[in-house]
Amino acid sequence: MPRKKSKKRSGKKAGKKAKKAKKSEENAEEPFEEPAEDQPSASTQSSSSSAKNEKLGIIKRFINKVIGSIFKKKKHIKLGLYGPPNGGKTTLANRICIDWLGEDMGSVSATAHETREIKIKEQINIKSGKKELSFNLVDTPGIATKIDYEDFVKKGMNKTVAKKRAKEATKGVIDAIKWLDDMDVVVVVIDSTMDPYTQVNITIIGNLVARNIPVLIVGNKIDLKKSDLKRIEAAFPQYDVIGISAKFGKNMDKLYESLFVMVD
Amino acid sequence: MGGLTLQFIPYSEIEELSSLGRIKKLLKIAKENKIVLLEGRLNKDEEAELIKTTMEEINDEFKGIELGVIYPEQTEGALLKKIKGGFAKLLLGNRMGLTIIGPASIVKEIKKDPTKIELFTTTPRKTKKKKR
Ligand SMILES: Nc1nc2c(ncn2[C@@H]2O[C@H](COP(=O)(O)OP(=O)(O)O)[C@@H](O)[C@H]2O)c(=O)[nH]1
Ligand SMILES: [Mg+2]
Repeated sequence: MPRKKSKKRSGKKAGKKAKKAKKSEENAEEPFEEPAEDQPSASTQSSSSSAKNEKLGIIKRFINKVIGSIFKKKKHIKLGLYGPPNGGKTTLANRICIDWLGEDMGSVSATAHETREIKIKEQINIKSGKKELSFNLVDTPGIATKIDYEDFVKKGMNKTVAKKRAKEATKGVIDAIKWLDDMDVVVVVIDSTMDPYTQVNITIIGNLVARNIPVLIVGNKIDLKKSDLKRIEAAFPQYDVIGISAKFGKNMDKLYESLFVMVD
Repeated sequence: MGGLTLQFIPYSEIEELSSLGRIKKLLKIAKENKIVLLEGRLNKDEEAELIKTTMEEINDEFKGIELGVIYPEQTEGALLKKIKGGFAKLLLGNRMGLTIIGPASIVKEIKKDPTKIELFTTTPRKTKKKKR
């Protein structure tokens, strides 16, 4: 029932074909690049603020080069939230919606796979000074390689409900992967208290890079003691990592700033 | 409680297969409750495709997979810088490294860092068939 609260869409057909054509064009000229693995030595990089600014600069230039032209033509940028289940994607989506629309988007739960369908909030306008940025926010179920209904049973669900949830969750993951092609910008939301160097994270980021989709990595849950952003920076040295607490709205201005930089 | 079965797949065994063929082959072994050690790796699209197919096949018995990929970074980075473009990668890149695919009912976690990979299995108690 909580899902009814938000506007959900499954109509993903529109615009998909045109987009596909454009994407494959881009892919043709960009040699495939791996995300983190090619530069192990860079993991010792410090993240002092000047290094950070430089990094942002590099990202900005890269993005302008690769996709700058798309945004000038495009009216509706799709900003996707990806990551493993429970990283805080929906919490972040709600935070963004509350900050800019005054209403939330979807239900959040400590039990994994609360979000089992793609959800879109259209037309979010964020402003900073004279700058304005408009996008459609896409909250995804996230990506997992395993789903065990018995985990839901352990959380107190009855078997039938748990099995139904597991079934929906598998479809959710499939949809999230299918929708990768549709994204213009992706924020990868990672729980900063967990080991970031997982194959799921690497696969997500690798697939985005292969599709020339700009990536911003968010280390969420920095309010928790076990949070460790350095570990994420070390795992993905060539990406910008922003630490936030989606739940408590910590560092959101920094995230918005980065979005402006990415889409500018 | 039988021991773990590892099945090694040389790259040559998947080289000629289509993406779908590769995925089906690897998943079939994982579904037989064996751990796959694949010489080399899939490309990124295939990795995503593997996850998709895994999701399609999940049922009461099969709970999905744990996946881990490692490869020698320096060698590859240097090599790819010399020979630019996707073609070199196609020829050489995917042959390097090692892919581990284990059924989630047996493999709890694959932990990796740039230099090593650790595979954690579930306790035998948890791997036995569901009881009534
Ligand atoms: N402490 C803390 N908990 C968070 C934060 N963001 C999300 N959570 C919690 O993490 C769990 C999963 O959040 P959710 O947004 O549903 O994750 P999703 O599966 O990625 O959409 C929920 O219990 C949230 O309350 C955060 O910034 N700090
Ligand atoms: Mg969610």
